[in-house]
Amino acid sequence: MRYAETGFSLEIDLSRGSIEKVATDARDTALYLGGQGIAAKILFERVPPGTDPFSPDNLLIFSTGLLHGTPAPAANRTVVNTFSPQTNLMSHSLFGGFFGPELKYAGYDRIIIRGKAPDLVYLYIHNDKVEIRDATHLRGKGTTETGDLLKRELKDQKVQVAAIGLAGENRVYMASIDHNHASAARGVGVIMGDKRLKAIAVRGTKDLNLARPAELFDVCQRIHKKMAESSGCGDWMAVDEDDSFHHNHFAWGNARTRIKNYWSKELQERWTKWKYDHMDRQTGCYNCPKKCRNVIKWPGRPRFGYKCFGKDTYHMAAFLELDFSYEILGVAQEYGVDSYSTPQVIAFALELLEAGILTDKDFPGMPADSKGRFFYLLEKIVRREGIGDILADSVSHAARRIGNGAEKYDHNTTKKFEQLPIKLGKLNPAYFLMIATGEKMSITQIEGSFPQDPLPTREQREEFVGKWEAVPDEKFKKYFLEWEKRSDMSDERTCDIVDWNEAMHYIDDSIGTCGFVSSFRGQFGGDVPYHMNNIPRIISLATGIEMDKEKLWKAFQRIRTLVRAVNVRRGLRRKDERPPEDHWAIRDEKYEQELLSKYYAFKGWNREGIPTRQTLERLDMGYVADDLEQRGILSADESMPA
Amino acid sequence: MKSGRTTRIVKEIKVDINQCTGCRACEMACSAYHAHPRYSSVNPAKSRIRVVADELNDEYVPIRAGDYTPSECNGRHIYTINGKEYSECSFCGASCPSRDYFVEPDSGLPLKCDMCESVPPLAEPMCVQVCGTDALTYVEREVEREETPQIKRGQIEIGLESLVNQHGIQAVIESLNQMSKARK
Repeated sequence: MRYAETGFSLEIDLSRGSIEKVATDARDTALYLGGQGIAAKILFERVPPGTDPFSPDNLLIFSTGLLHGTPAPAANRTVVNTFSPQTNLMSHSLFGGFFGPELKYAGYDRIIIRGKAPDLVYLYIHNDKVEIRDATHLRGKGTTETGDLLKRELKDQKVQVAAIGLAGENRVYMASIDHNHASAARGVGVIMGDKRLKAIAVRGTKDLNLARPAELFDVCQRIHKKMAESSGCGDWMAVDEDDSFHHNHFAWGNARTRIKNYWSKELQERWTKWKYDHMDRQTGCYNCPKKCRNVIKWPGRPRFGYKCFGKDTYHMAAFLELDFSYEILGVAQEYGVDSYSTPQVIAFALELLEAGILTDKDFPGMPADSKGRFFYLLEKIVRREGIGDILADSVSHAARRIGNGAEKYDHNTTKKFEQLPIKLGKLNPAYFLMIATGEKMSITQIEGSFPQDPLPTREQREEFVGKWEAVPDEKFKKYFLEWEKRSDMSDERTCDIVDWNEAMHYIDDSIGTCGFVSSFRGQFGGDVPYHMNNIPRIISLATGIEMDKEKLWKAFQRIRTLVRAVNVRRGLRRKDERPPEDHWAIRDEKYEQELLSKYYAFKGWNREGIPTRQTLERLDMGYVADDLEQRGILSADESMPA
Repeated sequence: MKSGRTTRIVKEIKVDINQCTGCRACEMACSAYHAHPRYSSVNPAKSRIRVVADELNDEYVPIRAGDYTPSECNGRHIYTINGKEYSECSFCGASCPSRDYFVEPDSGLPLKCDMCESVPPLAEPMCVQVCGTDALTYVEREVEREETPQIKRGQIEIGLESLVNQHGIQAVIESLNQMSKARK
């Protein structure tokens, strides 16, 4: 018997209309855990590197994490992977809520979708009953609206639905996949739409078996209690009304303008009133006591939920205030677009208009005010009408299609993906490496375990380190104790820190735990309930697989390296690993390239950022080395680390 | 026969629907606690507490499994509370054919909340223990009640009473008379 996982994948071919329940190999679980780890292996093995993301041969994979459905709290983030037309690389996204655990209870660890349906369909999964059903009646329906309609149609309030909106249907690159008020961004909605898959509705009523249940339940209840009581985890931004951090430090418009003293007490009072006058409640995800999502009902607009920086992106791109974000977010949620990249695409278009590269003729009937323009362009983009058809391909591709100097306005992307609008002074080495080499595309998915900034006094640092349970190795305590100025960190230590930050995200995204109680949260206070010192035992108790810190760290390295190999096969090279040129005002190309080389060597990759045979074999992936050599990507003399 | 006033403990789970975040930790814990052997599996479909959740209507109501009923109601109230509409079903704990709550998914047998009564007893039912937002709180209330004198009845009396209820006393008397004649 398999514990904590079901041992089955659901394989759907939408071109042929076939449905198969396929038993999986338990050895993959031991090596790649689940979630993104196993999805990367499937993409490596089954999607040839030359495959166009819009080809029927591209796969769209919805994965549960290894701990989904177990008593482990906050293990609920569903992982979505595919190849993105925006980056032409592996797309990695996540959404919270209830979908992943429900899929486990239905008897599957993941859904692997290939092919394309002739017209819109939805997938209905109720335990062993799986059907591809007509969804033409849902065409153009909003994301949560679709969820609601399917619950009625299936006469089951407990069915969990993930759906695309109009943006996904129209293959907008910024399209998201939405589940209740949770959303998966970064290039997955476009492929769901391309496959003509409007929604997946899942309902499961089967038992999930556990290896050492009584001990596991006890450990998990302790963590649950700690989570409930601690202010060191969850999204503090859901309750902290002082958002001076984003508004004073992040850039407005098309990631251009900083307004350093924007925040004021008067503004905070006004915005807080807007929030509490319109907030229904705060909600949580499956089996998690935190309430990170604020649910807002703005008059005349659909109810929506947001967390974190998601409430700021629209009004900062539009140079407006919070009430504008509250007004547009519900509309954008129903269309199913990413709230991080979409406002940047709109601000980019308006900048081109101001610069004369686009003209009024490109925007027929557009209102003169900022709010009206954002609503206008949102409509154009999700319908791919007029200029919206070009903008729907995201900033980088749109800039190239428009030409005439528009490329210069594509200044905030890395690997053709919109980055957070952060424009700072002096280079931060760890952040340079994370943004340059990150394959999760957004810094929020890479940073998070080691604090962003040092504490001012030795006493404070000692106090911090004294309570620091999350450190995987004592050396990190030493690094922190000796750290006085932000930029004052050796390259070797910087590589170690980046490695730990990455490790936690790769583990979270394979076992399904949420970054707000794990990988993302340690940088703000260090007190996270999940860390390298307790996750191995939880995995052991849940799955029966013998796991310890060293094995888990190796699993991270294996998954990280496999994702790199997947992308290397599709052409990712050193030249692509560049943060936006204006991310920092002061740059030093020579130093940055030296640092990048050190990081590659640290990872066991060659000068081009390609994992060497030695590294791949150490991580039990000789088959990857063979493949890279057969394709001429690695040659025998390049096989040693740089 | 004794009569007089006695006290008993009423166990209550108070629900504050404004505090519920819809996380369903209560469902997880209930199903694990009631698994055989205890904690051996998780399956919210077997939980004796379910959160009726409707995100579009901002509705989150944890309900506790009550009695089995063979048929669904022939009509339902719609309650409007603070401007939001709730179906009567949102507050009803019956195991009923209108939905699959509180039914063992494999056997179809009804499930009922037992307040996690066990030996040794839990301090609080599992669902309350795991509720991190105080949407569920546990209260034990002592109530006094009038002890009505109970007459101990034999099996014959109980059996006869059910026959009387079903057929009327006259029919039972006639039958008994005929039976006694036939035996003579």
